[in-house]
Amino acid sequence: MTKEEEISGRILAQFPFLDGKTRVQRARRIWVETPGDKFDGVLNWLVDKEAFNNLCTITGQDEGEVFSITYHLARKDGIVLNLKVMVARQKPEWKSVASWFPGCVNYEREIAGLFGVQFANLPPGPRYPLPDDWPEGEYPLRKDWKQENPDGENK
Amino acid sequence: MSRIKIPIGPQHPALKEPENFQLALEGERIMEAGMRLGYNHRGMEKACEQRSYIQDIYLLERVCGICSHSHSTCFVQAVEEIAGLQITPRAAYIRVLIGELERIHSHMLWFGVAAHEVGFDTLLMYSWRDREIVMDLLAEISGNRVNYAINTIGGVRRDITPELSARIAQGIDRLEERTKYYIQVATEEATLIARLSKVGFLSKQDALALGAIGPTGRASAVDSDTRRDDPYAVYNELAFKVITDEHCDVYGRTLVRLGELMETYKIIRQVLERLPEGPLTVKAPRKIPAGEAFSRYEAPRGEDVHYVRSNGTEKPERVKVRAPTLANLASVAKMLENNYLADAPIIIAAIDPCFSCTDRALVLKEANGRNRRSMEWDALRTYGIEWHRRRGIDFAGAGKRLLKLMEGH
Repeated sequence: MTKEEEISGRILAQFPFLDGKTRVQRARRIWVETPGDKFDGVLNWLVDKEAFNNLCTITGQDEGEVFSITYHLARKDGIVLNLKVMVARQKPEWKSVASWFPGCVNYEREIAGLFGVQFANLPPGPRYPLPDDWPEGEYPLRKDWKQENPDGENK
Repeated sequence: MSRIKIPIGPQHPALKEPENFQLALEGERIMEAGMRLGYNHRGMEKACEQRSYIQDIYLLERVCGICSHSHSTCFVQAVEEIAGLQITPRAAYIRVLIGELERIHSHMLWFGVAAHEVGFDTLLMYSWRDREIVMDLLAEISGNRVNYAINTIGGVRRDITPELSARIAQGIDRLEERTKYYIQVATEEATLIARLSKVGFLSKQDALALGAIGPTGRASAVDSDTRRDDPYAVYNELAFKVITDEHCDVYGRTLVRLGELMETYKIIRQVLERLPEGPLTVKAPRKIPAGEAFSRYEAPRGEDVHYVRSNGTEKPERVKVRAPTLANLASVAKMLENNYLADAPIIIAAIDPCFSCTDRALVLKEANGRNRRSMEWDALRTYGIEWHRRRGIDFAGAGKRLLKLMEGH
């Protein structure tokens, strides 16, 4: 059994509800999708017990009815666990992981600015990366946001 | 002592790229540092979704002028993983060769910038003169000093002939000799050591907590390097050491980069000796099957990561880029604390920041989201003054005092 399969086995033993939501893609790549209400417990366990204590980045995605947020967590032996949660488009609210990873702030501001997902407990600070005079309510990485060409027509 | 808040940037003689730091000072000492990024945001991730995979290689190569090969390799690795493509050994070796030449280019450029920031311009002239050796080699291989366009999905686009290989080996010998001289300067020149030591301190604990990567992390004793920990291309076949240092300051960051240059020469020699025969590419489909992949690459400034998701068409569903500087910026605020204002330029420069990478668009729109506008110089100046005033920084008083003084004479 590979190291990745062992990790995956331990995840399922600890969190049986992740059955069918955990996938070993290849050596050093594991994907897990967790329900939002179980997120804290799963993340806590992965950081404390499995030493996934390096947050490479956070990816936001527009998946139609939901926005997905993927935490790319790495550990010293090179294994990366990609932990995904879904946030409803109708109520795009999620929470900061700053208490686990103080370096996460810019990653979360980026998702807040480009997708319009609000992060609770995100330390106050300037928006990133959009300019100060960017119009409110426009989130360029949402799929329904279209870029205008310089003549003002939609491409 | 009362605190004074001063802005540095987005345009400032001490910074080479647009970013804004707000430093709270007590006397000459920095007590707190805040920053505002995003002045270089170019909307590349959105642009990637509207272009084909092949077009995206050339777009992503322009995320950064220096780490161009790093970004394109990181992207194609993800696409190849989704498509189930196995590139040929020769292609993998050539990717490593260009990547390591790029590291020399980047580290020597940094060394010159660092020397300039501390007022040692002779060293800047030396290191940038010597950097031309690697720039010439890259130009000879690819036709370009930057943006080498080596990668394609399924392999590489340019070959290394035996003649070229010999010239690269010659260039590496010369660069190694010069790097030994720089190591001698960095370890013996008392002024340089005094100027860089204990400046911009970042403890190992803070480096780990804030996610510092690359030479910045390694100079704070964080033993991590993607080439060894999560090997890609052919790094698992190559012998090299991961250079770490315990100084945890700008001096340590200098030693790590110089040490890494010596390891890079070793890697390049191994590549040239072992370069296997074979084709440069395998056939890649135009439409990439649905899937996702997370790719990591040890760029000169630290780990570069790309996430790619495909939807079965010729255009990706999502491309996410996290350049090394964004990961290292969280540490900069910490490094600036308790240092002198005069050290701010070298502390910021010591992470080898690349803000174009980090931000990746700028479109100025009216608030209604319709009209675009450009600003005349006076309007831009007024906008700048107002922008700072809203943040509690007002130079109007100082201006009036100056006027009064002048009138007094």
